[in-house]
Amino acid sequence: MERLKQSDLARQIGISASYLNLIEHNRRRIGGKLLLDIAAALGVEPTVLSEGAEAALIASLQEAAQRASMSETESGRAEEFAGRFPGWADALAAAHRKIADLERTVETLSDRLAHDPELAASVHEVLSTAASIRSTASILAEDKTITEEWRNRFHANIDADSRRLADSSKALVGFLDAETGEAAPSGSPQEEVAQFLAAHDYGFSSLEDGAEDVDRIVSNASELVSAQSRHLARTVLDRVVRDSAQVSMTDLKAALTEDGLDVIALSNRFGVSVPHMMRRLAAVPGLDAGLVVSDRAGSLLFRKDIEGFTIPRHGAACPLWPLFQVLAQPGQAIHARVQMPSRDGAVFDCYAAAQPVGPLIVNTPRLVEAAMLILPVPDGPEPNGLTIQEVGPACRICPRGRCAGRREPSILSDGFGGF
Amino acid sequence: MGKHVLLVEDETNIIEAIQFLLSREGWQVDTHSDGATAVEKVRNMRPDLVVLDYMLPGKNGIDILTELRADPDFERLPVLMLTARGQSRDRDLAERAGVSRFMTKPFSNTEVVTAVRDLVQLAQ
Repeated sequence: MERLKQSDLARQIGISASYLNLIEHNRRRIGGKLLLDIAAALGVEPTVLSEGAEAALIASLQEAAQRASMSETESGRAEEFAGRFPGWADALAAAHRKIADLERTVETLSDRLAHDPELAASVHEVLSTAASIRSTASILAEDKTITEEWRNRFHANIDADSRRLADSSKALVGFLDAETGEAAPSGSPQEEVAQFLAAHDYGFSSLEDGAEDVDRIVSNASELVSAQSRHLARTVLDRVVRDSAQVSMTDLKAALTEDGLDVIALSNRFGVSVPHMMRRLAAVPGLDAGLVVSDRAGSLLFRKDIEGFTIPRHGAACPLWPLFQVLAQPGQAIHARVQMPSRDGAVFDCYAAAQPVGPLIVNTPRLVEAAMLILPVPDGPEPNGLTIQEVGPACRICPRGRCAGRREPSILSDGFGGF
Repeated sequence: MGKHVLLVEDETNIIEAIQFLLSREGWQVDTHSDGATAVEKVRNMRPDLVVLDYMLPGKNGIDILTELRADPDFERLPVLMLTARGQSRDRDLAERAGVSRFMTKPFSNTEVVTAVRDLVQLAQ
């Protein structure tokens, strides 16, 4: 059977490459029509895939055993365990996967709580108001000798604080609702733009073909509540217009079919910069590419997530990312294979390049912007000379203990690393 | 005359409640709401104990505490830090900066009064 690319297979059976990736790693169970479709696309019997799932179950059990520091002898009995107690084995593997999912959630929430100034201020407001109410109410309840003047003052304080608590609680709930994709009137402008882009799946075909203009899209976007977020979204969309004028989606898809996913070759073919090509590739439906754009200060200006590669929503990212290596050398492109410290050791192909942006002014350093395209590692042999580099998400949520790039202690190294 | 406490806090109603509680216990309580000038205030007033909020306008409680501890006059000054940030990292930062006691909001009145009393006794 001819080897089929993951993305081609996903397209053929009508699911995303990231979902197929989850299936391959046994994070999503399949059956019925989807199982039959995949088997047909691969030209194998459905039972072959079922047996594959069995192997994945054993691998999952062995991983769970390894994390529980079981001996090799004990860990080696996973197959026997699955054979004798299939129900328990399924339950254990499912619990192991659930723990992995929860760990990811903890990483995300902890990162957010630690670095999101808006959330920190919101929580501080709620807790401070609660502290004031609790303290004042206790005085009124316990001190029977309190003067009328103090009593009246404290009653007024409680009244004012309870109103404040109601408002700040609503604001906090609104903020947290952003995580579930609901409207977040009190979210940060960056969060609003992230929701807006995700709602459009990072693609704006109607803008590219001229059916809609930037103002219309922005004014119709329910996610863009604040003036700042609308300004940021316009900046993103203006760039989409400029980028697509030189690299249309139709031409890019045709080029991908002919040349494959070679970022440098595609840049040369269209005569555009490498970061320009990365932005266009990140918008190709079904390619499931992640993208990060940073300025010279290391602030992440744009992010498009990819399953398994954690991009911190707040605070500084891992300084070992190729993204930051190219900032000092605009014009140079880097192709690196990197590994995240996740449970399954997810590996990605990253292309990074930087380019000057903004106007050229005499005796003034140019501003520089770097972009990094993040792609799932394709099937096939390792490219020559490409070693895997260990990177992380952000120091706070990275369990790599001995790392030259560490800026602050990790909450994972003690609390979760040995889980 | 009771001991002298400086309360550095920017929430008006918390200030009133704590001021009332400690005054009732016989303490002399002064208040200050600006983080940027808090160290200067401590140097001028020389209180027996400081109740210090973590998040303040101008300068945060950790920076204020660090600055105080760097001054030999205030190396052993009892400092009770109040915070809405209960994360272990914040507690760790406060302890490294030399906090005497760390208390998360919302606290009970008894906790605050007891902590203030204990800290001053320990310092004597």
